[in-house]
Amino acid sequence: MSITTTWYLLLAAILFSIGTTGLLVRRNPLIMFMCIELMLNAVNITFVSIGSHLNDLGGQLAVFFVLVVAAAEVVIGLALVVAIMRRRSRTNADDLKILGG
Amino acid sequence: MVDLVWLIPTFPLLGFLTLICLGKSVREPIAGWLATTAMAGSFLSVLLVFIGMLLEKNENRQTVFTLFDWIPAGDFKVDIGFLADPLSITMCLFITGVGTLIHLYSIGYMHGDSDFNRFFTYLNLFAFSMLVLVLGDNLLLTFLGWEGVGACSYLLISFWFRDRANATAGKKAFITNRVGDWGFMVAMFLIFFNFGSLQYLEIFNILESNQIAKTTTTFIVLMLFVGAMGKSAQFPLYLWLPDAMAGPTPVSALIHAATMVTSGVYLLIRVNPIMVEASTWSTGLIAWVGVGTALFAASIAVAQTDIKKVLAYSTVSQLGYMVLAVGCGAYTAAIFHMITHAFFKALLFLGAGSVIHGMDGEQDLRRYGGLRSLMPITAGTFIIGWLAIAGVPPFSGFWSKDEILAFAWNKSPLLWIVGIVTALLTAFYMTRQVVLTFFGKPRYLDAGDAGDAGDAGDAGDAGDAGDAGDAGDAGDEIKPHESPWTMTLPLVALAVLSVVGGLIQLPFSSSTKWLEHWLEPATFHNETHLHLSSSTLWVLALLALVSVVAGIGIGLTTYLKEKIDKQIFEKPILHNAWNFDSTVSRFMGGPGSKAFAAVARFDKQVIDGAVDGTGQIVKKTASILRRTQNGLVRTYALGIGIGAIGLLIWFLTRTTI
Repeated sequence: MSITTTWYLLLAAILFSIGTTGLLVRRNPLIMFMCIELMLNAVNITFVSIGSHLNDLGGQLAVFFVLVVAAAEVVIGLALVVAIMRRRSRTNADDLKILGG
Repeated sequence: MVDLVWLIPTFPLLGFLTLICLGKSVREPIAGWLATTAMAGSFLSVLLVFIGMLLEKNENRQTVFTLFDWIPAGDFKVDIGFLADPLSITMCLFITGVGTLIHLYSIGYMHGDSDFNRFFTYLNLFAFSMLVLVLGDNLLLTFLGWEGVGACSYLLISFWFRDRANATAGKKAFITNRVGDWGFMVAMFLIFFNFGSLQYLEIFNILESNQIAKTTTTFIVLMLFVGAMGKSAQFPLYLWLPDAMAGPTPVSALIHAATMVTSGVYLLIRVNPIMVEASTWSTGLIAWVGVGTALFAASIAVAQTDIKKVLAYSTVSQLGYMVLAVGCGAYTAAIFHMITHAFFKALLFLGAGSVIHGMDGEQDLRRYGGLRSLMPITAGTFIIGWLAIAGVPPFSGFWSKDEILAFAWNKSPLLWIVGIVTALLTAFYMTRQVVLTFFGKPRYLDAGDAGDAGDAGDAGDAGDAGDAGDAGDAGDEIKPHESPWTMTLPLVALAVLSVVGGLIQLPFSSSTKWLEHWLEPATFHNETHLHLSSSTLWVLALLALVSVVAGIGIGLTTYLKEKIDKQIFEKPILHNAWNFDSTVSRFMGGPGSKAFAAVARFDKQVIDGAVDGTGQIVKKTASILRRTQNGLVRTYALGIGIGAIGLLIWFLTRTTI
């Protein structure tokens, strides 16, 4: 049984679902970040597999953009997490609703 | 030299700006001289333009000078531009000429007033607005001047605003004029809608080349006439003019006799190509309203006791003549009467002002008498004004009134009959005024309160009796005296003009009708042609003369010889202006104001309610939607997730179908 594109897509879908579920159910900011990364990379797998399926470099190209955006997002996100943790160490994401004013 | 036309309104504007900047820092006479100089400068520039225009050929006498774009908005373009043609320059000539004289007169009249500077500031602003009105090359600029003179009229009527009655009179004038302004504005909208332009010459060009429906032009003319009714004090919108006498007398002379009140007539003459296109019943209506107003006001003037009220109703009546002329298509005659009226009515008002000045503010005719020897110049000039307005040849009023009456006969003999009765009344009430003021025995020394006694003769007897002691002091205080030269000089100048003013349009042959030829570029040969034989004209003139002589004769026998009981003429209902004013006031104060309150309520509840309701709905919806913003990141993430899934489902189902 050869590994076809479908399997890759299936893997991506499973990873994406795990990421989404994690994002929705967990309240630890760090875990939520990891879930987001999981979702992004699931999308990256989709890009690459479909790109190779269609023999198109565009899929791999898109991945670079996603990576750059993800990196930027992580930098800002982690900086925020660090800043919040310094003030109150046992904080979860829901507690941040006080920022709503 | 015609291109100097922009100088004409610039002088009064500069005068106004200078005076308003200097404020109270200039001493009393200087402000007056500044304003007078500004007016004189304006008059000189009009003269230059006039001479320049005389040198041009007749067909080259109409030029537009555009200063700059005022409102450029797509197809709608309005310029600040001046239309220099014989009509506007004629108007400018007498506005600035008479205006200069009245400014000069005011220096004497307003002497000692604490608001001397303010008076001249307003006066210059008025002159500026009036010149803009006349010179504007489009309806909107004319309207700007129209509103400007209205505002100045308001400011000057209620000039002594510390007295509540004066302030009320100013408001009345302003509000009554708004009714007329409404008509003007509707006419402007209609003209723009149908012609696509507001510029006079463009409108006339379009009118010539395109077919415009008769109903449209008729309606435009009627709406413009509503505007003219307000400004030129025609029935039923004349109500404000008698009250406007609350202002200082030079104001009455300048604004409410010579210039502003003629602007309605000017407007109708300016748009004469539209008038010609309108159906005949509308011009007939104009003629009838004019002649009706003339008779109505003249009958009221017979029984007035205030020297200025007589002149005010007389002005309304004379304006009626001008409107009659316009309705008959006699544009030259209307302008002719406007000019002569400006001379003799300004003269009469200034003369009345001189009398009031000399009598320390007394305005009641019943308290005058025998002032002839004490005020020789005032009396002499006033008598000339009387003869001119009564229509005694060869004074100017005879020629202009006679021409209007000839055209009235031409249109309908009925109009002529009403006109001739008015002429008789005019001669009568003016005789009454002159006799009561300058002839007979002095009544101002009598202590009795003439106003309460209701009859000057009785008051005289009462004065001799018991209360001579304490009232004698009050009587002695009034020492009638001739006015200073700044006041008498304008009187003399205007008297000369009232005598010779008729020379510009003598009816004997085509060559003596100078004004008619001069105005041709502005009337576009739209003038009605008289188809009367010269013998008819002679008979008409003779009959007019007979009526004038009769009027003066009755006046003299009643008031000088006292052979006819004057109670026959001075009916209370005439004194109360046929109760028209009080009826209108009662109606407006009662059911009228209730109706307006209902409209205001409708506005508040329905119109405002709709606007407020929209706001309330948005507010309510927002307060419900706000709950979704709860600050929990996972809720937002869930929202995004559900949205993404929803989009996915939508796309999938769409492609399968």
